[in-house]
Amino acid sequence: MLKQYETVFIATPVLSDAQMKEAVAKYTGFITSNGGEIVYEEDWGLKQLAYPIQHKTSGFYYLIEFKADPEFVANLEIQYKRDERILRFLTVALDKDAIAYAEHRREMKAAKKNAPEAPVEEPKAEEVEDVTEYDVEPVDSKEE
Amino acid sequence: MAQNDNVRYLNPPTVEVRKKKYCRFKKAGIKYVDYKDPEFLKKFLNEQGKILPRRITGTSLKFQRKVAQAVKRARSLALLPYVTDLLK
Repeated sequence: MLKQYETVFIATPVLSDAQMKEAVAKYTGFITSNGGEIVYEEDWGLKQLAYPIQHKTSGFYYLIEFKADPEFVANLEIQYKRDERILRFLTVALDKDAIAYAEHRREMKAAKKNAPEAPVEEPKAEEVEDVTEYDVEPVDSKEE
Repeated sequence: MAQNDNVRYLNPPTVEVRKKKYCRFKKAGIKYVDYKDPEFLKKFLNEQGKILPRRITGTSLKFQRKVAQAVKRARSLALLPYVTDLLK
């Protein structure tokens, strides 16, 4: 039975665009060739890392959402480990809430893309934004 | 034992009004905490990037675990730092 997964990997910033596309094509091809099915792909491009990984401070992020057999994920991760272009990867199984959230996120992204000028508020976080903020400073200073 | 009644304060002791804390996930109806959204997760970290305890944020146990897991995943993907001094 095909379960739904989501994998994010970070490629070294040294890669040229062509090499990055080739790396992505390699993994998407690997998924489809092994009976998997790509649901959604997203390229976050070159982003600054919060801390250096292998002495690099930025990396190409790429997100792939796919359906696959459970035992396939281990092979995928072996591929990641073997590939020296990939600094780090994370594969996550999606339960029904996560799948619902992913679809919602995709719609918001699509809506934001074709209506960029409309003041689109961010989907989930915004809804929570108006919550009164607790000023955490006083408590923290006590702990220090 | 000093009698409390004849102790007169200069100004009445202001008892700090206790604001009823609530779990923002239950109220907002959020079911999944996304590890790919660092801006939202930062609300649950203090300046040093440490996860805030439930007694401050008021989140329920179920969602505190989801938040903690999401923060740890974001940290592994370098979306959030493990330790920093000026996060906000």
